[in-house]
Amino acid sequence: MAASAQIKHQANVGQDADEQPLYAPAHKIYPQKITGFYRRLKWSLLIVTLGIYYLLPFARWSRGPNEPSQAVLVDLAHRRFYFFFIELWPQEVYYFTGLLILAALILFLMNAVAGRVWCGYLCPQTVWTDLFMAVERLIEGDRRERIHKDSGPLTLRRVGEKTLKHAIWLMIAWWTGGAWVLYFADAPTLVIQLATLSAPPVAYAAIGVLTFTTYALAGHMREQVCLYMCPWPRIQAALTDENALNVTYRYDRGEPRHSLKKSLALRNLGQASGDCIDCAQCVVVCPTGVDIRDGANLGCIQCGLCIDACDSVMAKIGRPPRLIAYDTDVNIKRRASGLEPIYRIVRPRTILYVALIVLVGAVMLYALIERSFYSMAVIHDRNPLFVRLADGSIRNAFTVRFVNKQSDTRWFKLAVSGIPGAAIEIVGAGRSADESVDVGPDQTREVRVLVSTRQPPSLGSQPLTFSAISENGETAASAQDYFHAP
Amino acid sequence: MSDDPQEHDDPQEHIDAHSGTATTGHEWDGIRELNTPLPRWWLWTFYACIAWAFGYWIAYPAWPLLSGATAGILGWHSRDAVTGDIADLQTLRGPMTAKLTAASLDDIEKRPELLSLARAEGAAVFANNCAPCHGAGGQGSKGYPNLNADRWLWGGKLDDIALTITHGARWDADPKTHASVMPSFGRDAILKPQEIDATANFVRSLSGLPTDPGADREKGKKVFADNCSPCHGVDGKGNQDFGAPNLTTKVWLYGSDKKSIVERINIGGGGTMPAWEGRLDPTAIKAVAVYVHTLGGGK
Repeated sequence: MAASAQIKHQANVGQDADEQPLYAPAHKIYPQKITGFYRRLKWSLLIVTLGIYYLLPFARWSRGPNEPSQAVLVDLAHRRFYFFFIELWPQEVYYFTGLLILAALILFLMNAVAGRVWCGYLCPQTVWTDLFMAVERLIEGDRRERIHKDSGPLTLRRVGEKTLKHAIWLMIAWWTGGAWVLYFADAPTLVIQLATLSAPPVAYAAIGVLTFTTYALAGHMREQVCLYMCPWPRIQAALTDENALNVTYRYDRGEPRHSLKKSLALRNLGQASGDCIDCAQCVVVCPTGVDIRDGANLGCIQCGLCIDACDSVMAKIGRPPRLIAYDTDVNIKRRASGLEPIYRIVRPRTILYVALIVLVGAVMLYALIERSFYSMAVIHDRNPLFVRLADGSIRNAFTVRFVNKQSDTRWFKLAVSGIPGAAIEIVGAGRSADESVDVGPDQTREVRVLVSTRQPPSLGSQPLTFSAISENGETAASAQDYFHAP
Repeated sequence: MSDDPQEHDDPQEHIDAHSGTATTGHEWDGIRELNTPLPRWWLWTFYACIAWAFGYWIAYPAWPLLSGATAGILGWHSRDAVTGDIADLQTLRGPMTAKLTAASLDDIEKRPELLSLARAEGAAVFANNCAPCHGAGGQGSKGYPNLNADRWLWGGKLDDIALTITHGARWDADPKTHASVMPSFGRDAILKPQEIDATANFVRSLSGLPTDPGADREKGKKVFADNCSPCHGVDGKGNQDFGAPNLTTKVWLYGSDKKSIVERINIGGGGTMPAWEGRLDPTAIKAVAVYVHTLGGGK
């Protein structure tokens, strides 16, 4: 609600007498530098998350001679996804469905426990914006200085500063795109190719697009992304409850707010005065430009910087810290009625989310453990369904595809059961003597299989089972189809 | 709200008490519409998209004219794009196609990587050129041989198949085509109807099919020996040099019922197949020969 209040405020600027404005004008935000616990936490998470993003492609993972040694690799050309010890094939994308469900549930759980943790600390938009703001502050100075410079004339020095800032921004943005493409090819090789301008054109195109989006979103769009483009604040508002920890202005303690002088005077007179001295430090440090004292709102990404700002003021004026703090609506009401604050982390909501996370995680783990290294698929020839041979026997033809997910070549002997007197012949078998087929490391192999019988089943069609027998005699995979006869 | 006569005249005066947001002045039964304006950059993005669309109109074929469409200054054409893509594909396949061109037919079938390439290419060639007569899966139909079966008119060995594809059957434009034709025994009055009937019964007996009661087997056998055996052989096992089918099998090109056999003896003739030399390049002929050979009936 307060975000709409902010938008309303923007909209009213330049409103003419007769008409409502149709568009809200841009409203530049100059967040002030702040130090404190939450700022340090944000810096640490920034280093960790960006470190993972930029360096992970260089992590190695040995998988044997026939497989790539990159720990995390999306090999689009060969349709493989490698993640440390996991290797996924295109037909196993359901693991990604599981991952997405898991990610959504974890997001919901984080929200139920401590509100928009994702937005404030982990979201790429937040992390890169933080980094870009740090660059801006380093070159152009803090809030007041930047406001002053922006309203001043465009001197040569100013042009230089701006050029430097945008150059560094573009460089970071370029590295962001550069790191992205490293996930799709062997990273060290691609780095050399990029440096010698011999990388595939699509790599440069991807880097270009991501350079542009990073530069635009982190350098220029910033809070606009959260306010207008991101769906999560809308969904989050529907998922939160009064028990979730949120960055909260404790109005029960802060109000009535007065200037420091007036509040001291009032207290001296024995009258009530809140701890908030209306210094607006919480507002000036806010990266999205909201006033936390308006309550939880769409514009607030709950990064906690206003907590740091307010704590520093409270320390200076000798009042207890955490006038703004992670707190719940329940506690504000409880304090108002003289009750002890409580925080119930175990609630039906959190229990449900944890249970769902455990369930989905267990299903995925089971699927991963039970993942078969071999499989086979059979397609019956559609036309003709059966062939009558010269000697009167009936033959059906099938396309059989073997899948070998092991990192070395495997031999499979094909067996068929269910049709009396059935003889099989494999077109292009590796060893025709025993109808064996070799399937290369981490590959599939398609063969045409002819099944004939002199004693065709009396019914029109009969089920038959193909089995791939591995060299140690075990049934590695099997598949069902039908044998058709006139 | 009805006690506020000003509200419709001066909408921007009204600020929603709960949200603090201005309203648009629209009201339905006391419910007002909040005015939550979009940011200006959204508007500019929208204009940029329109400008981009104009760029497309200029750069690419766009506006329909009486005949055709505006060409666009880039000169892009979907047909050129396809031609380019095909050329790229051929460049990409070049080394493998060269291997296919160089290898002998037998070698192709012995080497799995060449076999799968030939089968894939052969399937495409077959679908484009052969399927209209022989069917999508080579299943054939009356008068058009089933290529999955193991009875062949002109030979089922790989080289035989390649030869038939190259020169066709009864295709006059190609001097090397398979040329023999079965005489029209009935239409040209070479045989009398009773003789034809007896022969048809005899032919059915060759593959163990039941014959008409009272059919004159000896007569049929004699007529067959005098008229048919030069091509179909004394024992009816056919001769692939003449495209004369083996009559002792369970595979029938025109049907195994007596009526169909009588009709064949009456009018004779035989199917026609175009020569594909010159229409398909030698590599494509190789590929489709391998494809047909590996459908299952190949010898």
